Amino acid sequence: MAAAGAVAVKVRALVPGADVALIERVLNVHDAPSNTTFVCVGDEISTEGQEGFLRGHGTQVVDGKLVATVCGVVERVNKLIYVKTLNSRYNAEQGDVVVGRVADLAGKAWRVDLKSRQEAKLLLSAVHLPGGIQRRRNAEDELNMRSFFREGELISAEVQSVHADGSVALHTRSAKYGKLVCGQLLEVPPNLIKRQKQHFHTLEALGVELIIGCNGLVWVAPLRPDRLAAANAAAGGGAGSAGADEDEAAAAAPPPPPSRMQLEVVCRMANAIRVLTRLYMPVYPASIMATYEAAVEGEVALADMMEPGFLEAVVGQEAQRRSSAMQE
Amino acid sequence: MEFVSPEGLRLDGRRPRELRRINCQLDVLSNADGSAIFEMGNTKVLAAVFGPHAVTRRSELREEGALVVCEYSMAAFSTGERRRRGKGDRRSTELSMVIRNTLEQAVITELLPRSQIDVYVQVLQADGGTRCAAINAAVLALAAAGVPLRDLVAGCAAGYLDGTALLDLNYTEDSGGGPDLCVALAPRLDSLYLVQMDNRLPVDTFQAVMELAREGCRTISGVMRAALLEHTQRLAVARGITAAV
Repeated sequence: MAAAGAVAVKVRALVPGADVALIERVLNVHDAPSNTTFVCVGDEISTEGQEGFLRGHGTQVVDGKLVATVCGVVERVNKLIYVKTLNSRYNAEQGDVVVGRVADLAGKAWRVDLKSRQEAKLLLSAVHLPGGIQRRRNAEDELNMRSFFREGELISAEVQSVHADGSVALHTRSAKYGKLVCGQLLEVPPNLIKRQKQHFHTLEALGVELIIGCNGLVWVAPLRPDRLAAANAAAGGGAGSAGADEDEAAAAAPPPPPSRMQLEVVCRMANAIRVLTRLYMPVYPASIMATYEAAVEGEVALADMMEPGFLEAVVGQEAQRRSSAMQE
Repeated sequence: MEFVSPEGLRLDGRRPRELRRINCQLDVLSNADGSAIFEMGNTKVLAAVFGPHAVTRRSELREEGALVVCEYSMAAFSTGERRRRGKGDRRSTELSMVIRNTLEQAVITELLPRSQIDVYVQVLQADGGTRCAAINAAVLALAAAGVPLRDLVAGCAAGYLDGTALLDLNYTEDSGGGPDLCVALAPRLDSLYLVQMDNRLPVDTFQAVMELAREGCRTISGVMRAALLEHTQRLAVARGITAAV
């Protein structure tokens, strides 16, 4: 019984496997062209017609035969044969833009959780001091580390290097990297994210800031004037000494709260990413915008974006896009 | 009690060399890196894999390979009689260790140094053969999480009752007092990762029961392989990999 008449209680039946069934039906999984080879753990990969091969990731040699150690798609590059998994943890590579959460402070570094195989460290020497001063970090800086990032805070950073043992070093030596506040964090399987030239997107027309971390964490936030300035400064070739005063001014006066309109756009963008994740579709700016625009055009309410009706529309759109791409 | 009728049928209507109906579901939990439900007749087991991730306790860190942590538990509603079952009792601790041992051999740990893989196994319905079903569910979940494995390891039980070797015992047959053999086999490598037996058995009979259990493992591995392949294909198509190539 609804206690208050004003709020209607909505009940949705849980249909297990509905999304999978939807994908199978609309994208014709079983009629898909079979020019790719799928393998499962322990399957033999044929090396016929090849004289010698290079054993890549996801494979092992048993009795002279190449055998897969993970489930996935077989990829061949000249002599190299490897298996690409469709679902695994993030593997850090140098230069990746990532979003992470500060786990704790360890000596001269912050330990950052990237949802990766191993922990990542952000050294105190790898962050910008306020005002862009260049000097050695002393013991006092070490004591004041919490004034930069506290435990539990979200940051964006770049992978500086990956050590031989797999551990990761980060840096935030640019105005565009740093603490993330007042926005939404989304978790996406890292394999759904494509590595691109740009991972920071400031959509000025919509008033949204989008950071697609290579590690599968995506940040969506209303665009703040100071962040816009930072993005412009970074694009113009590094923040000069003039930018430092602005930084301090912005830190002193909190930015005006975003409008309701702006927040709605952010939520819609976040929901578009959630829809893509749920349908196992790649997450990149074009696909996010296509889903976002489909929701706007269809006048789908924010809360209804996860409903089967809209999911079907998105999959249908994707199927159409693919068939037109095939014809060209 | 008669376990095999004169017509050669068992209590649940199976032949001696017949498995129960198998059903595999993959990626059933959204928060886990990989998860699976493995059903075999009325036995139903859920496994969730978290990781590989950084080790939580620094003292357990292994430089040369990944640490596999396993936790086996039974749901309170898993048996006929509802009973509060913890994860700390003797049986659960022993089973956690057995599963962990098997998985440690199956995972290529040297590829994942200084990391940890958590495997949580919960029995939702228990009707005999939970040990093997737990191994199967865990292996499926590991494969779904993209953890490199030496082989698609599968577990299967076999027993000896009424002068017949029986494959895949259910609860009634399990409590029939005969020997119960639990085997985990890597089919391609043809190596045994786990052999456990309670009760005693003459050597020549043991050979027959063992061969039967191995045969069961190979069949189960085939079923698991088919489920994983179908799942992989579905993911690849949704991701547009087949269309793009």
